[in-house]
Amino acid sequence: MPQDTAPVWILAEHADGQPARVSFELLARGRGLADALRAELWAVFPGPVLSDAALQPLIAAGADAVLTIEHPALARFAVEPYAACLAQEVRARQPQILIAAATSTGRTVMPYLAVKLHTGLTADCTELSIDPATGDLLQTRPAIGGHILATIRTPRHRPQMATVRPHSTRPPTPDPRRTGRIVRVTPAPDLLHSRVRHLGFVPSPEAKTLQDAEVVVGVGRGIRKAENLPLVRDLADSLDGALGATRDVVDRGWLDYPHQVGLSGKTVSPRLYVAVGLSGSVQHLAGMQTSSTIVAINSDPEAQILKVADLAVVADLFDVLPVLTAKLRRARRRAAETPAQGGALP
Amino acid sequence: MRIVVPIKQVPETTAVRMDEATGTMVREGVDAIVNPLDLYAVEAALRLRESASGPCEVVTVSMGPPRAESALREVLAMGADQVVLVSDKAFAGADTWSTACVLAAALRRLAPVDLILCGERATDGDTGQVGPGLAAFLDLPVLTYVSKLTLDSGRTCRAERLVENGRELLEADLPAVVTVVKEVAVPRLPTLRGKKRARQTELTVWTTRDLDVPADAMGLKGSPTRVERIFRPRLARTCERLCALDGHELDAATDRIVTFLSERGLL
Repeated sequence: MPQDTAPVWILAEHADGQPARVSFELLARGRGLADALRAELWAVFPGPVLSDAALQPLIAAGADAVLTIEHPALARFAVEPYAACLAQEVRARQPQILIAAATSTGRTVMPYLAVKLHTGLTADCTELSIDPATGDLLQTRPAIGGHILATIRTPRHRPQMATVRPHSTRPPTPDPRRTGRIVRVTPAPDLLHSRVRHLGFVPSPEAKTLQDAEVVVGVGRGIRKAENLPLVRDLADSLDGALGATRDVVDRGWLDYPHQVGLSGKTVSPRLYVAVGLSGSVQHLAGMQTSSTIVAINSDPEAQILKVADLAVVADLFDVLPVLTAKLRRARRRAAETPAQGGALP
Repeated sequence: MRIVVPIKQVPETTAVRMDEATGTMVREGVDAIVNPLDLYAVEAALRLRESASGPCEVVTVSMGPPRAESALREVLAMGADQVVLVSDKAFAGADTWSTACVLAAALRRLAPVDLILCGERATDGDTGQVGPGLAAFLDLPVLTYVSKLTLDSGRTCRAERLVENGRELLEADLPAVVTVVKEVAVPRLPTLRGKKRARQTELTVWTTRDLDVPADAMGLKGSPTRVERIFRPRLARTCERLCALDGHELDAATDRIVTFLSERGLL
């Protein structure tokens, strides 16, 4: 591809020595933008030294080039070295767009970097596109608790920076025949200086984390007490999903804060959100209403959540959940036995 | 030791209604409150002051219109020692870059500062960008999503940081910027004595004349980003409705849920 325009970059993240899933989602977004601009798509990847084989999946997923900024000191995220290394590469190579995932890493390094580069940054975009008239990046994000969408532009500053919610795009189907370059850069020692030291890590007991989950089952006060939570947990397990909760449930101590979905908790955007025994306060809706599909179960026919659901079920959750969980388990077993019928999650 | 907590006044978002006809927000009658997530930062700061071995001062600063004074008074009533309102028409319309730039200038004027504690994000803008941006302007390290925080000596802090798959244990040199999540502490309510003191305390107000901010970095004009268009999300929900109030309906409804999910490739 002949290149006279500046490239589009995505910030790849790693997990266990491999590109993390969000990197592929970003490539799906980035490919569309790069094609619209007739520009190259680069995956920029600060992290440990990885083999060509470990990086090849990024090329198969749409990258024309992979720029690895590699050093053992970058194996763990630290804001100062990550920002310093990225700033140096951005200044040297002048991408026109840099997008990252709205993860704990992306949400930390991107605002730091945007200030260092004196450019604009838009958080949590749900849609990115190119304005055909100007070639500018149009960054669309929910505002005011998801009631409205705002389209934002960075007219004069470059690169145009944005973060996008994890799981708001599907990773592309890999094409193993695609070719691309791997550019390896070793950062100078002064770029690696950090005033933050890593002392340890405690993995979360929840196997599935909310923002990483394709399916989230959200529970509200309708569950009545903590002892009833296994009903909801079983439903989540039957869908291979994570457990979310309203602020009410967290404030009562029935579930920990990391489970909280809503304005003062996490924003999730899974493929499927199942709302159980929650009324759908504005505060909760703000954290989940961009989910692709919403199924709600509530005994109050007037509950707001039933109005914003794709499938609204007026029923007592204590009647529905045991039956539904058993049926879902059976259906998934059948689907697993006959894989040709498809539809299963990867 | 000096701890500074930048706060923001926001509309009480749970009370926000939408005008169905125009798709705009009905602002009338909506109270302005301290960003609820900032209260956790204030509380964390007050607790650090209470457990500090030496003298420790908690200063709260807010950039906003004159009415943001009420937010600062509320934080005074909780126990903050000093509050500063950064207010000037020239700051209006600032995006997160410009806001962080102006707050950084206020922080420089408050020097020496040992710790800057921020809420995770504001519930109206919902970006979480000002805290890390402030750190970058001041060239300080930043710890985000912190759920536990202690000070060692006064030269370093230790923090537990929530990430996707667990909790990182980190140590950072001071001064540093730390953004906290709800787990860090339960905010206290203002006391009567605090409220009285809040009424009597004189508010410090800083304008462009008091701060060293380049004119081309202020307000809408100094913001790299522009809001181009605001519109209502298209709700393309199918809104299929089922009732399951007896055993027979229950069987049909659960069958329908399974089919529905299967049709959408969600099983």
